[in-house]
Amino acid sequence: MRTALAVSVTRSVAALSRVAGRGDGSVIGGRVGMMIDPALLTHLSGGRRIALISGTNGKTTTTRLTAAALGVLGPVATNSFGANMPAGHTTALARAGDTPYGVLEVDEHYLRRVLDETGAEVVALLNLSRDQLDRAKEVAMMAQLWRDAVQERDVSIVANADDPMVTFAAAGHPGVTWVAAGQRWYDDSWVCPGCGGAIKRAEAGETQITGGGGAPDADWRCTGCDLCRPSPQWRITGEAVVDPAGVRHEIQLELPGRVNRANAATALAVAAHFGVRPAAAVPRLAEVASVAGRYARVQLDGRAVRLLLAKNPAGWLEAFDMADHEPTLLAVNARGPDGLDTSWLFDVDFSPLRGRRVLISGDRAHDLAVRLSVNGVPFEHVPDLDAAVAAVPPGRLEVIANYTAFQDIRTELNRVT
Amino acid sequence: VSLNWASLDRNSPDWATLDRAAPHRPSRESAVRIAWVYPDLLSTYGDRGNLLVLAHRAALRGLPVEAVEVRSDQPVPVDADIYLLGGGEDGPQALAARRLAADGGLASAVNRGAAVFAVCAGYQVLGRSFFAKGQKCGGLGLLDLESDRGPSRAVGELAGEIDERLGLPTLTGFENHGGRTHLGRDVRPLATVSAGVGNDGLCEGAWRGSVLGTYSHGPALSRNPALADLLLCWATGRPALDPIDDAWPERLRTERLRALHLV
Repeated sequence: MRTALAVSVTRSVAALSRVAGRGDGSVIGGRVGMMIDPALLTHLSGGRRIALISGTNGKTTTTRLTAAALGVLGPVATNSFGANMPAGHTTALARAGDTPYGVLEVDEHYLRRVLDETGAEVVALLNLSRDQLDRAKEVAMMAQLWRDAVQERDVSIVANADDPMVTFAAAGHPGVTWVAAGQRWYDDSWVCPGCGGAIKRAEAGETQITGGGGAPDADWRCTGCDLCRPSPQWRITGEAVVDPAGVRHEIQLELPGRVNRANAATALAVAAHFGVRPAAAVPRLAEVASVAGRYARVQLDGRAVRLLLAKNPAGWLEAFDMADHEPTLLAVNARGPDGLDTSWLFDVDFSPLRGRRVLISGDRAHDLAVRLSVNGVPFEHVPDLDAAVAAVPPGRLEVIANYTAFQDIRTELNRVT
Repeated sequence: VSLNWASLDRNSPDWATLDRAAPHRPSRESAVRIAWVYPDLLSTYGDRGNLLVLAHRAALRGLPVEAVEVRSDQPVPVDADIYLLGGGEDGPQALAARRLAADGGLASAVNRGAAVFAVCAGYQVLGRSFFAKGQKCGGLGLLDLESDRGPSRAVGELAGEIDERLGLPTLTGFENHGGRTHLGRDVRPLATVSAGVGNDGLCEGAWRGSVLGTYSHGPALSRNPALADLLLCWATGRPALDPIDDAWPERLRTERLRALHLV
């Protein structure tokens, strides 16, 4: 009775908040519902088979891809608005009504609690890297928190074998499926979170190293203990995902970049746990075109504008890989959700942008200007997206923005999804 | 373990040059040699930026630069001109202090008159003692100061008027630390605090000779180009460097100080 009331209130408050134009209501709805029934998330999870998706980068996109893949089996509850803490999970499940499945994106810090409260069957661990230092915990500490959350727990794990931090969290658990999901950002995993030893990586051109996992991809191992790259069951080769049986699945994603093919592989691995055949799920992945504005394409004054979100150094490197060789607007803010310290700009090597026309905007464009000067990347400063569009000739414009700058641009575009 | 010195110039693809340099010994006698000490232990957000800014500003003056990242399992070179130390968490900070003390290279370099620029945890390590994980740890004693824990974490914009003997404009940076630092008689404060906390809410950083420490991230040298040039002057023995176009750093400085209502 209490739960039924809480569910009803959660939905109503979320809807009211949405109508009032105060965001999508995911957070406030869940908060109010949990006041009425503190165990609401647990009650709403009962009877559902749930997968959790967590990591520093790619969790919103992977959640969407996983929900699309599980859609083969029936309706799926999911927090597709990126509200990734327990209040958001509560609202997502309350709104969904009776669905047999749930796929929830989880903020890294909340993984243990959400595992506890939802009794999830599967958890996907994507990657860990530095994100907003003035708020977040050290990366190695986060890896330890994940390890404490998943070890000794009856849960299946889908984990990235290419990230030493993720591997440390999952290694030794009996139920791990390893995905070669890649790692472009090494600078937070040179030191083993277990023993403090140096992590050795295969050099360019070298596919494996002595004592490593022996897998035919970029190999790594700790020089101080036995932590090493596990042999992955799921791999990516070119445009294809290779499943544990060795079957190649060509994937045609609307979403750009190698990192999204890796996210697709993770989604397929999670879906496989629920009995979805990769061949059945692959066509559904191609239907995902944008995720809460990320990767969205918008026509503005004859320019095809595409939006890419980059929240931290690792995310920026991925975005440079995703963006095409076209005029590119970079927008950087430093409001609360972005972290107030812009020092991270010097952790990103912007040199891949050399040769492209680069425009900059955002609250902290001056920090970015100094960074790009030092990096030898010429740029033009513009006040906003409209000015950038006006400055480039008809054709393409790639936009890469950090969190609140991205939301500002979405607002300029009437909250494009 | 031999060190990989890398030549940096205007066309070098940023730190990729450092990471992938073929091993070679420092060659050009005239080059400004910069050693980044223990980036595996003392490196937080953007600390690499101080090295990049120094290399960039030297290159714009036509000064060749050779730089090296010294990992904590390598000996600290005694023949660099500028030593950089960054911020870090408690555990790595305590480890860095022990290894630097045992190595002795940094102390020799300071006795020789080399320039040192240390930020946050690295700044505390230069002092006589600091607190890490609730324990008092011995520092290197290269600056006469002691650090302990403050009542709360200092996070936010930091600004102050720099010691007039250094002849530099206002210091601007971003601080993020739980320590409070108490200066002895043998050092002078780097700046008088006008916003933020710094050492103790009154003064910020410390310097003596050519050894300089600060709580400013940002990175500090990207926001304080005159401070970067001072280090390059110390390193080269030149009284001044050719002026360069600092329009963007100046705009950044004005914006940051205006946000604090200081200009």
